[in-house]
Amino acid sequence: MPAVDPATPGGLLLVLAVLLPFIGMMLGFVLGGRRAQQVAWATIVIGIVLMAAIAHRLWVSGDALVYLLGGWAPPLGVSLRADGLAVCMMVAVMVVVVGIGVYANGDFGTPAGVREKRSALTFWLLLLAVWGSLNLVFVSGDVFTLYVALELLTFAGVPLVSLDGRGETLQAALRYLIYALVGSMFYLLGGFLLYGAYGTLDIALLGQRIGAEPVTWIAAASMTVGLLAKTALFPLHLWLPPAHAGAPAAASALLSALVIKGAWFLVVRLWVDVFAGVITLPSAQLLAALGASAILVGNVVALRQARLKLLIAYSTVAQIGYLFLMFPLAAGLDAAQLDSSFAVTGGLLQAISHATAKAAMFMAAGLIYTTLGHDRVADLRGAGRALPMTMTAFALAGASLIGLPPSGGFLAKWMLLSAAIATAQWWWVLVMMAGGLLTSAYVFMVMVRAMAPAALGWVPKARVPGYQQGAVLALALCSFLLGAVALLPVDVAQIGRTGLLAMGVR
Amino acid sequence: MNTPTLLGLCAAVLIGLGLYGLIVSPHPLRKIMAFNVMGNGIFLVAAVIARRGAGAGMGGDPVPQALLITALVVAFAASALGVALVLRLFEETGSASLTAPDAAPRTPPSESEV
Repeated sequence: MPAVDPATPGGLLLVLAVLLPFIGMMLGFVLGGRRAQQVAWATIVIGIVLMAAIAHRLWVSGDALVYLLGGWAPPLGVSLRADGLAVCMMVAVMVVVVGIGVYANGDFGTPAGVREKRSALTFWLLLLAVWGSLNLVFVSGDVFTLYVALELLTFAGVPLVSLDGRGETLQAALRYLIYALVGSMFYLLGGFLLYGAYGTLDIALLGQRIGAEPVTWIAAASMTVGLLAKTALFPLHLWLPPAHAGAPAAASALLSALVIKGAWFLVVRLWVDVFAGVITLPSAQLLAALGASAILVGNVVALRQARLKLLIAYSTVAQIGYLFLMFPLAAGLDAAQLDSSFAVTGGLLQAISHATAKAAMFMAAGLIYTTLGHDRVADLRGAGRALPMTMTAFALAGASLIGLPPSGGFLAKWMLLSAAIATAQWWWVLVMMAGGLLTSAYVFMVMVRAMAPAALGWVPKARVPGYQQGAVLALALCSFLLGAVALLPVDVAQIGRTGLLAMGVR
Repeated sequence: MNTPTLLGLCAAVLIGLGLYGLIVSPHPLRKIMAFNVMGNGIFLVAAVIARRGAGAGMGGDPVPQALLITALVVAFAASALGVALVLRLFEETGSASLTAPDAAPRTPPSESEV
């Protein structure tokens, strides 16, 4: 096998996928005001075509797309590489961005004759920025470009928290920024140490050269801790609930569904592709133990929340925990000479189904807030009558979080459960079951209260447009029907990864 | 003790000091300063790694130097964003504390006032 993948036809598409959102962002910034929304939509429409082309190219060639920037090959050059994992995440992000965009037409639209607002302009620009930086996170082939992508993601995410400029959201944004900055510094330190030890930053080359020695362990620990602070894995989750619950609904959806997945995806890249030969089972167990604590603590605290948006934010804390259960399962499958891609695909499915479901839930909470004028869980009565479509969407998204068939959450948890049983790690099975029960408790709690008939003579505070409800329902349906990917003939997420996995074999 | 080792130890001290400051200082501006101290320690690590490349007959390995400059710019932008947020927070609430009014806005009564 050659040391470095040569560029493949269609690699230029990856450059476009990264550049397009940023071009749109700058164009929107220059044209300003009410044009920003139109520019954002034009960019999104082109982006859909681009994503379809990338997915088609991956499907047809059956191998990863590679582009070498300026024709310089690693170790000196920078490569962009989109394997199945990356393309799946890019397509999922595209779907969620479209859903959030349709919803945000209502909250951040600027109809003719209305004075334009700064928050609307900022939202559309940051939507494109988050999308572009996520694409860069997914396709980056080297550790330092990933650092830059992570920082772009942070700079796009932090202002989204304080979009309405109230004191408490500014505070939440500042706390988020500090956590994120410390995280990226730790990541950077690990990156420098890896370069110092192995003389390359390219992920594929590092995966080949890396050896089990102290400098690698320090780099791995430092990078992982930094990324955990950015993903908000327990016990570094303290910044997340106020930040995600305080933002406007569309921004919350963007933050909770997509932004945290960027840092998580990097952990996967590092643990599966770079440090695959170095990771020991106990270290993977530690990561999953943090995930398990997140599931239990996040769900229990979510049950005790008085406000719907905080409840959903703590549910995010819990769902992040599931994303980290895949590591000991993959390591265990590897140790048993079995195919570990099963556990990785399970983790990916969990990320995608959570992204779609959580975006739908936050936007549903936003519609409930508009209709009722508050989001206190105790007084949700009447919401079911006023917003039947939205409450259906909330229930479907909840079913995906709980893991009821045929949802994406069910398939993901099923794959993780099977991997846990195959590697005789029964304790993760118990955690997943308990997490599912607790999740169903708060989803049902919200549904039962929302289905109660409204007080006599109660009228909704405001009517919400049908397209907003439609966007919420569409995203929830995506999450609920994601389980159907089990019917696909090949494991799309593993396309173009055989070479990388073969390197990790001991 | 040769120069790279000495500089490496300095870097470790800077990183430790910065991390300590980040954890114990309550004021956000001090946290941002501490972040910069920690960042400088890490940049020093990169500089030492670049210096080690000098053995090959070059003045130094240019790759870590290029990374270092990029990281400096990013850290500078991050500090600017942080300070802007602190200033805005002070304008809105009259205090730039991260801790004090934390619990207050989440209680239901403030909901009805909005």
